[in-house]
Amino acid sequence: METKNIMIVGVGGQGTLLASKLLGRLLLGRGYDVKVSEVHGMSQRGGSVVTYVRWGERVCSPIIDKGEADCILSFELLEAARYTEYLKPGGRIIVNSQQINPMPVIAGTAAYPENLAEKMEGMGINVDALDALALAEEAGSSKAVNLVLMGRLSRAFDFTETEWMDAIEQSVPSRFLELNKKAFELGKNA
Amino acid sequence: MKTLMLGNEAVARGLYEAGCSFVSSYPGTPSTEITECVAKHEEVYAEWAPNEKVALEAAFGASLAGKRSFCAMKHVGLNVAADPLFTISYTGVNAGLVIGVADDAGMHSSQNEQDSRHYAQAAKIPMLEPSDSAEAIAFAKLAYELSEKFDTAVLIKMCTRVSHSQSVVETGERILPEQKKYEKNPGKYIMMPANAKKRHPEVEARTKALAAWAESAGINRIEAGSDKSLGILTSSTSYQYVKEAFGDTYPVLKLGMIWPLPEQKIRDFATSVDRLVVVEELDGFIETHCRNLGLTVSGKELFSNIGELSQNAVKEKLGKKVQTGPSMDENIPARPPVMCAGCPHRSIFYVLKKMNLTVLGDIGCYTLGAVPPLGAIDTTVCMGASVSGLHGFVKAGEKESAGKTVAVIGDSTFIHSGVTGLINIAYNESNATVIILDNSITGMTGHQQNPTTGYNLKGDPCTRIDLESLCRSVGINRVRVVDPYDMETCQAALREELATEEPSVIISRRPCALLKYVKHPGPICSDPEKCKGCKACMQIGCPAISMADGRAKIDTTLCVGCGVCEQLCKFGALGAKQ
Repeated sequence: METKNIMIVGVGGQGTLLASKLLGRLLLGRGYDVKVSEVHGMSQRGGSVVTYVRWGERVCSPIIDKGEADCILSFELLEAARYTEYLKPGGRIIVNSQQINPMPVIAGTAAYPENLAEKMEGMGINVDALDALALAEEAGSSKAVNLVLMGRLSRAFDFTETEWMDAIEQSVPSRFLELNKKAFELGKNA
Repeated sequence: MKTLMLGNEAVARGLYEAGCSFVSSYPGTPSTEITECVAKHEEVYAEWAPNEKVALEAAFGASLAGKRSFCAMKHVGLNVAADPLFTISYTGVNAGLVIGVADDAGMHSSQNEQDSRHYAQAAKIPMLEPSDSAEAIAFAKLAYELSEKFDTAVLIKMCTRVSHSQSVVETGERILPEQKKYEKNPGKYIMMPANAKKRHPEVEARTKALAAWAESAGINRIEAGSDKSLGILTSSTSYQYVKEAFGDTYPVLKLGMIWPLPEQKIRDFATSVDRLVVVEELDGFIETHCRNLGLTVSGKELFSNIGELSQNAVKEKLGKKVQTGPSMDENIPARPPVMCAGCPHRSIFYVLKKMNLTVLGDIGCYTLGAVPPLGAIDTTVCMGASVSGLHGFVKAGEKESAGKTVAVIGDSTFIHSGVTGLINIAYNESNATVIILDNSITGMTGHQQNPTTGYNLKGDPCTRIDLESLCRSVGINRVRVVDPYDMETCQAALREELATEEPSVIISRRPCALLKYVKHPGPICSDPEKCKGCKACMQIGCPAISMADGRAKIDTTLCVGCGVCEQLCKFGALGAKQ
């Protein structure tokens, strides 16, 4: 099979690393060769963060290059728009419609572009936008955005409910398990 | 069993399996997790040292005492540890000594992009370079064999993409070698001129022996290709990009040991292909070596010595088409890293900016004080350079800079190498004011303990270095502590210390807002009736405050209620929820 590529992008501190760990665990369980590449350090402080998840028969490079991503899972709207060049033809974007202003916008030196989801659709990109923050809050915590988005992404895979739940159980602290499971279901079914 | 493992975690696993028993390191992205992961094994003694020089010397001591030892650092940390490194090359080891160094091509989290491979050649120490996590385990184990067989420390060179990528590994059992006996051996361990002169030829002979070993070593392997019009010489993550771009099309000589290089193997490989290309990140290290061998080779004329490579970079330069996705016809604002909401550094930088001071900065989260709208830092060079630089600046600037210049340095960085600069300030009597930003943790690298926190790497309570006493004991009479959240007091303290005619230290003390034990009052709210839209609160660059319809708006998912913005609002529009 051809190597599959998912880019997980967002703002440092949003929990993108947990999403990539969870996905990596599931894919390995299916017997694929898997590589997950993360960025630590300075950009984790509210900067733009990117994680690459790749799987197939043999995966060499740990990173996804421009024109290679089957899917961009974005935790924030502007971050989805930043990385459209990484999509391969026919690639799609799943995006949390939440807007988090970057410092140049907060400081008033730049504007947050309007109607980004519509504009990306206008470029012929398959865009699935959802208000993951509202769903996470419905599940009980604004911090559960990552599980809402994992739920949404799960529609694109043929993993069983049990496989997902096992992976979630291994990836989140037990006291937040029910909350995270609920967030996952909300994202999946919204 | 197959598992996914981060490259750094895999190095740690390799250390564990090789029976490494002593680890001393200083944290630094992208190397930090090696030490954090190995510390989880009870059988391994692991510690954070105050700096990389101390760490390497401690690891050397442990090797001398007969235990396999290890020390990790980032690329710039190796500069700090370079002094012992060059002479440990002469002494050799007793039990195996392995040094992990992680480069940061692309500067994801570093102040420069130096290529650590030069150190291997310069210090005459062998260097292994894994390209994924499975190799990281295998190479860590091999490093100990080489270390003991050839009587040398061994460097393992990581890079961000190998350190911070998870790939599939299979783990093995720990095999603990018997502790070696320490035997007094002045000719080997006392590097005074007479002895060192005798050791140097042995170092040269060792490098020759290692080069001979490299010729037949399995880690320097030729992978056959169907098209011999091109042969690629590569290593590390560049190897993965080459394989991703071209699969098994071209023959590849994959180097697992980057120093010393297998000359005959490289010559034979060059002869077997029509054209030889070196694919390597940063400097043309392998390429230069090929040229020294008289080989015709291309490398840096194709691949930049700036930043990271990728599969597309390899494809483009070697004649394969790349198709990128659609780009937006839109100005996408950058999203630089920022100080977190509630960060205790923010308010201090606001005060420094307001007072229009020249600020010599240092390495840590607080380097973000350089970013607008705060923009309150003038320099950032290396660990400790703020304090020592301030001394020179104040001495040379005389009346011009007196009372207008300060240094800022974090608690961990101060212990690392700021304290020696402070000793110089006291000893050579400059009228300098140093601000220690004590957030009670090593922040940027992800919350490591340090000698001022009272906890060790394993999380156990331990001796706490008292910063006030330390500063006083080196000869600073004026030492005071302020709460950075209280900006008025901070400003008054600064005014007073800058006005006095002797050196002083202000400790700005408040724990990092992200520490789990820190309890926050909770988000405040803004009153749109009272807000006049003056944007005074926007001057601190807090990610939780933005303007909406001309009024300040608080993002309650980010705001922790530090109260700093409230001090800036003249209209009482910001405050605790009613």
